[in-house]
Amino acid sequence: MSLITTLARLEAVTTGRAQPTATVRHRHLSERPLVLVPLTTAGEAGAPLGALVGTDREAPRLLVVAQPRDRELRFAFLAELADVVLPYLDSYADVVEAAERSETDPETGKRVKVEVELCADAPQLIVPSRAGVDFVRLLGRSMRFRRTAEQDPETPYPAPARVPLLGRWLTHFGERSRVPGSSLLTAMTEVLGRHWATGQSSLEDQHLGAQLAWIAPPPGETGAQAALRAELARDAAGQLRCPPAGPATDPAFDNKLLAPAIERYDRARTALAAAEDGLQADDRLGALTAAEQEIRELVRSRTLPTWNKVWEGLDLLRALPEGAHVEERWTRDRWSFTGHRDRVVAGEPPQPRRDDAVTAANKLATREREQARLEAQEALDDPLVMAGRRLAGEAFAGEVVDVVMAYSESKRPSPRPLVTVRTDDRPHLGERAKVFRSLGGKPQAAEFVGRDGEEEDGLLVLRIVDKMGRGKEPEVGSVPEKGDRLCFTLFEHEQRGGAKLPDPEDTPWTHGGPPGEQAPEVPDSVTQEDVL
Amino acid sequence: MPPPRTRGTALRQRLAELRGPDVAAKALDARALAALAANPGCERRAILDGAGVDKATLADALGSPSAFGQSQFALTRGNAFEAKVKADGGAELLRLVHERLDPRAAPPVGAALPDLSAIGPEGRTARTALALREATGATGTWTLLDHPMIALDVAGSPAFLEPDAVVVHPDGSWTVVEIKSFPMLDGSADPAKVGAAARQAAVYVLALEAVAARLDPAPRVRHRVLLVCPKDFSNLPTASAVDVRKQRAVTSRQLARLTRIEDIADALPEGTCFSPELPAEQLTAAVEAVPAAYAPECLAACELAFHCRQRSRAAGAVTSLGRSVRAELGGLTTVEDVLAAARGESGDPRDPAVAALRRAARLRTEALGTMCH
Repeated sequence: MSLITTLARLEAVTTGRAQPTATVRHRHLSERPLVLVPLTTAGEAGAPLGALVGTDREAPRLLVVAQPRDRELRFAFLAELADVVLPYLDSYADVVEAAERSETDPETGKRVKVEVELCADAPQLIVPSRAGVDFVRLLGRSMRFRRTAEQDPETPYPAPARVPLLGRWLTHFGERSRVPGSSLLTAMTEVLGRHWATGQSSLEDQHLGAQLAWIAPPPGETGAQAALRAELARDAAGQLRCPPAGPATDPAFDNKLLAPAIERYDRARTALAAAEDGLQADDRLGALTAAEQEIRELVRSRTLPTWNKVWEGLDLLRALPEGAHVEERWTRDRWSFTGHRDRVVAGEPPQPRRDDAVTAANKLATREREQARLEAQEALDDPLVMAGRRLAGEAFAGEVVDVVMAYSESKRPSPRPLVTVRTDDRPHLGERAKVFRSLGGKPQAAEFVGRDGEEEDGLLVLRIVDKMGRGKEPEVGSVPEKGDRLCFTLFEHEQRGGAKLPDPEDTPWTHGGPPGEQAPEVPDSVTQEDVL
Repeated sequence: MPPPRTRGTALRQRLAELRGPDVAAKALDARALAALAANPGCERRAILDGAGVDKATLADALGSPSAFGQSQFALTRGNAFEAKVKADGGAELLRLVHERLDPRAAPPVGAALPDLSAIGPEGRTARTALALREATGATGTWTLLDHPMIALDVAGSPAFLEPDAVVVHPDGSWTVVEIKSFPMLDGSADPAKVGAAARQAAVYVLALEAVAARLDPAPRVRHRVLLVCPKDFSNLPTASAVDVRKQRAVTSRQLARLTRIEDIADALPEGTCFSPELPAEQLTAAVEAVPAAYAPECLAACELAFHCRQRSRAAGAVTSLGRSVRAELGGLTTVEDVLAAARGESGDPRDPAVAALRRAARLRTEALGTMCH
């Protein structure tokens, strides 16, 4: 955390209200995001309890597993979830625009431009918190190797159609969310945390209710009071007034409300199975429906407050103007979405359990590059972020006090003007260090020549080296003028791709050698009993 | 004639006074012992745990109840999984130990399963020690001890610990087995949970080493424990060997330092008592008499955390915002001091922390100013 953010947190403590740590919105927000508020069963891996899901704030779809340990009910839940999520994804997959991508021609080995499709927009999944992102990954992993009866008639517990497909999509979203600056799958607490500093620790910020309480406290209350209430206040029955954002539930809820309700449901189901005639069965079916309804209401009562909070968070974020580079990063998300769409259409197998060496190295390289890109772009888009970089000595802002025309000593002399900038910042400039400023959205490079006078004077002499056109005289507006206020960075504005990695079939022996023919992944071993 | 008061009995007496009259000591379990390693700098936690004070009850009495609880679903699932792992005389469990830790030994067929039941923790401890001695003597056979009980001396009083299982190998060495119900997904599990399990297992290893030291020749307690978890999304067991040497060293150091609770106790005012019967103000004062080292991480580990957080916030301590915040603020420890220094109202401008703060404040105001235009 930079000192500037720390100051913002301390100010939040004394003012009782969260303080901005960004002046623009640094993440893309879809016009029509799909919000997912999942709950899971304590102690079980991949046994969802229910979820609220949908694109309409006023009409979320409630999905519930009345007995989370029952395989059939769980499959029914996942099939329902697929019914909501997959049509949403498809609505973006079909609208495309023409785009170009450079590919290596397999015959000549040259880079050539290829005309490809790019989805005009991409879907966006929003979950309440980081734990929700992990749960999406887990759901994806639990589903993508399942076999349907159609794929394999012998499979012991066939999954409903589309469930493996949903698993592949959720896996892709989970994987993409690990790329810095991506927005396909977004955790609300993380985005809010990027834009506001609350008066509590980042650990406590993972509670969406408490975090929102700091950002927008109710009238007449400080953020601290409201956050404390959101965190701890319980009703007369001992239940939290603001249920945790999940997917984990509060143990008091599990023990006092949910467990008895599930027990009643189990009893009603046993009774129905033991019914001896139609009349009795009708009665008992009524009892079963009532028991199921009770569990549905319980799950709704625990997810609806979080659902509303996610939308409140969206309102707050939408009020911020979008950063200039957000659109560009979203285009990368669109490429990512389009790429996975194409892999699914091409009939490629689900993502393997473990990546081969080249794929893994590529993923890591992408994340590193995107991290650097994100840091540079956020600073360029937002003076408050740039302030942090200036404080760290990675950028400086100041006024141009002198410009002296000079030329390079080559046969065709090019303009190399010397610009003197006065700054109060303290950049860590080495000899001939490169610095960059933004000129019409493109980086213009300069070289640090030296200081004019003492260090206290803050006079830096820079030699501009590019973006001045081909002629002897620099193009109009390409050289700073006396009196200009400029901001130079020591970091590059655009990221270059790293060294090209070999194709998977050329993996060197140091990295395990070529992965060979990909054996199809076997489905997971399953619990034999019908109920886990 | 009363026996002479030794150092140990004097301390025990003093700790009983701290706990309050007629309040039974809360036994330390492996989880609590392992948690000591999480925040070693906290004297409050050290003395309360050392004296056997029930911190959950204390937190209730202070008016800041802890929020810990376990869901019965997790409990049921955990018990069912452990029963499954130990079914058929622990055949699957022993197979996993053989495969993961000792593949060169003879396969575990017809392993011994001594009965460890006895009356009271002392009785069970003695019974376990006896069974361990017998099993170690019987070379060439495998022995599975299901829920043995071992004692560990913690600051002069014994803590009784109950590992899920201990296996005696044919070569006479001992292995701690930890059965957990979180999944091992594609061969890896949640690192935070594995870490907690390793710290807990390290406490058992330490306790077993004390038992082993009393045997001649002393058998080897293996420093690689077996962590058994459900495989992927099923309830089928899978296992992984976990090296706990580091956790063992840390815990051992912490336990040695626990003797320092005597010093903490000596520094307390006469008549200090943590009995939950006392009125809240008196209790608050008693708790306040021992310094705490609150950080947000405590919320996940200590029953008293909400109380300490409230006090820490009231005192304006910057660590209540996270330990990392403190690192860049030099000698400034309260919110007011930091903000006053940043505004230029106090602090020595030659202090690098103060100078950095002022620059940060100036840059922040400047950046926020451009937003308003």
